[in-house]
Amino acid sequence: MSPRLRGYALFAAVGLLVLVVAPLTLPAFRLDELAKYLCLAIAALGIGLAWGQGGMLTLGQGVFFGLGGYAMAMYLKLHDAGGDLPDFMTWSGVERLPALWKPFANPAVAVAAVVAVPVAAAVVLGALVFRQRVRGAYFAILTQALAAAFVILLVGRQGLTGGTNGLTNFYDFFGQDPEAESTQRTMYFVTATVLGALYLAARQLVRSRFGRLLVAVRDGEDRVRFLGYNPATVKTVTFAVSAGMAGIAGALFVPVVGIISPSLLGVVPSLELVVAVAVGGRYALAGAVLGAVVMNYAKTSFSEQWAGGWLYLEGALFILVMTLAPKGAVGLYEQARDALARRRPAPAPVPDRPKTEEVPA
Amino acid sequence: MRTPFLRPLAVAAVLPAALLTACGGESGDKAETGTGGGGNTIKVGILHSLSGTMAISEVTVKNSEQLAIDEINAKGGVLGKKLEPVVEDGASDWPTFAQKAQKLIKKDRVATVFGGWTSASRKAMLPVFERNKALLWYPVQYEGLESSPYIFYTGATTNQQIVPGLDYLKEKGKKRIYLVGSDYVFPRTANKIIKAYAKANGMQVVGEEYTPLGHTEYSTLVNKIGEQKPDAVFNTLNGDSNVAFFKQFKSAGFDAAKLPVMSVSIAEEEVKGIGVDNIKGQPVAWNYYQTTKGKANEDFVKAFQAKHQGAVTSDPMEAGYNAVHLWAAAAQKAGTTEVAAVKKAAAGLSLELPEGKVTIDGPTQHVYKTARIGVIQPDGLIKEVWASKEPIKPDPYLKSYPWAAGLS
Repeated sequence: MSPRLRGYALFAAVGLLVLVVAPLTLPAFRLDELAKYLCLAIAALGIGLAWGQGGMLTLGQGVFFGLGGYAMAMYLKLHDAGGDLPDFMTWSGVERLPALWKPFANPAVAVAAVVAVPVAAAVVLGALVFRQRVRGAYFAILTQALAAAFVILLVGRQGLTGGTNGLTNFYDFFGQDPEAESTQRTMYFVTATVLGALYLAARQLVRSRFGRLLVAVRDGEDRVRFLGYNPATVKTVTFAVSAGMAGIAGALFVPVVGIISPSLLGVVPSLELVVAVAVGGRYALAGAVLGAVVMNYAKTSFSEQWAGGWLYLEGALFILVMTLAPKGAVGLYEQARDALARRRPAPAPVPDRPKTEEVPA
Repeated sequence: MRTPFLRPLAVAAVLPAALLTACGGESGDKAETGTGGGGNTIKVGILHSLSGTMAISEVTVKNSEQLAIDEINAKGGVLGKKLEPVVEDGASDWPTFAQKAQKLIKKDRVATVFGGWTSASRKAMLPVFERNKALLWYPVQYEGLESSPYIFYTGATTNQQIVPGLDYLKEKGKKRIYLVGSDYVFPRTANKIIKAYAKANGMQVVGEEYTPLGHTEYSTLVNKIGEQKPDAVFNTLNGDSNVAFFKQFKSAGFDAAKLPVMSVSIAEEEVKGIGVDNIKGQPVAWNYYQTTKGKANEDFVKAFQAKHQGAVTSDPMEAGYNAVHLWAAAAQKAGTTEVAAVKKAAAGLSLELPEGKVTIDGPTQHVYKTARIGVIQPDGLIKEVWASKEPIKPDPYLKSYPWAAGLS
């Protein structure tokens, strides 16, 4: 089997596992949790693209996740209120629907905003930042500060955003009760499908000419500039795509978990996503997806087993993976293969060693 | 050369899926929600933040709830079965509270859950309990304007804490009030109520300031208060902010005699953190103090300190302890742990608890509570200086107060 065919076969196998085996064997409640992990995996995929491929360490992906999530939640809140004010506005002392909310009464506008608002925010930020050649640690700090500021803004404007409570208690998700098992099942399939489609699209992007340019920008931005390309454009586009993915992830998260709140978007959750990508392996898009699922599964499972000290276990897992496999879990596969190859008596040349894995961080 | 991105993906994705499938065998769909599982024990959920910023407060409530469970088990349990607590960590993160509530209800099939502290965590859990027709016991004073059929509120609502606190200030002739609060739903709602009360009672609100949760820079705010010369401050700050506020308040030359600060989120546990010197003599409004008279409280304090040396007991801890005893009594009376029957049996149920006689009000699922104003003593404990004559009927929507019309 050619590597390409084998790749597709494995993708199909994973698809089968996620779309058929898991729904048949997992209890409804675990399936809903898996759907949550898959939502976060979509956001992680965006980070894999921006950071793993493009070298932009974004520590504020929660902002875009939040913009998407709030866009969706605002529509659901208005729909539930049916012409009245959403419940939290009443108890926050707001008397008239704020102008910012009005467009979100329309589901088409809200769904479009899920992608459009994060993308627009990322384009504006990217255009400002990348053109000024802000990169590396400075870019990371800037995005992190953005996440912190976003949370302060959301918490401070309680009448507009629901404050620390966030937006919750939705009764009608496009005609379905979001807490009903059938809806949660449907949402699981929707999330898994969206993740699969976005993964294929991201992979296509990485393999395209644009993708090669992106990796080149990561590894030698100045050289790319001297060759006549504009790295700022390449980076802005990639950053916008990753923001769009985070927005979609946030929008799916709302019906899956039933809440969007500032505690999901701040510095810590944004960092957790990056950590998950590092654990999974940032140089492969699949690593980002894997990392998000494994780390969040570990979080759930550790905290259920050991409610008092699960954070230590999670920290230990991170340290363990980073010491044993600096390239993440996916890198382990490479390490194991290399080790096997070295043991063989007559070391045949490895035919298709992935180019991207050779690049130093 | 081709980069086989898909291969790592496959290896990658099989692992977690296999892990998840491995737990696929758990909990069939046979048992009904709220039965506490089969077997010789009844499972009950405890869901508080054991990590994160709220852990310092919530762990104490978890401890008092576990004490109540131990006491009940020592007396033979409920309906002849021992209680088996399933403890989960809400991690000071509201979505986690929602997810863990789901887990307790659907996987562990607990008979009931005791949990939550912040209003945000309660709001996040509310839809989960309502949709699954499961029961939550929420043990902390809160901002009212809520009455879910699937939540029992064993802490005070506004007419049992904030309104008596205002009555006390009015009685003392304090006319000009300055409002200070953390920026979240409880202070904002509380202040809305305070403003309505002030308007109807000839008092004047001379300032209203909010700071973010965790804020620690209060010199500007203290200066502003000084300029306005209020008769009293009504303080709804939460957590660490109180430490900074009271320190800077004291260093600006204020004390309880010059300018009383009525607090509604500072109990014995918090006094330790703030430092008694910064806050002694200041009034607080609650429904229970460690010093509350009565045998039930003496026993409670003794039992708690036997397990946790040097610990203090506070209002939310007592409300959590009460919640467990009230639920157990309701289940015993109903003859089952089934939710609808327990709700029915709980209505009107009355128990002698550390704060005195506690009765559940059926329609609102809140409890009758005695309001108590206390003054912080140099030893860190709180001495009661005023109490309502009898337990006050809960009125979460303040329907019986004409001045509150239009608030909800």
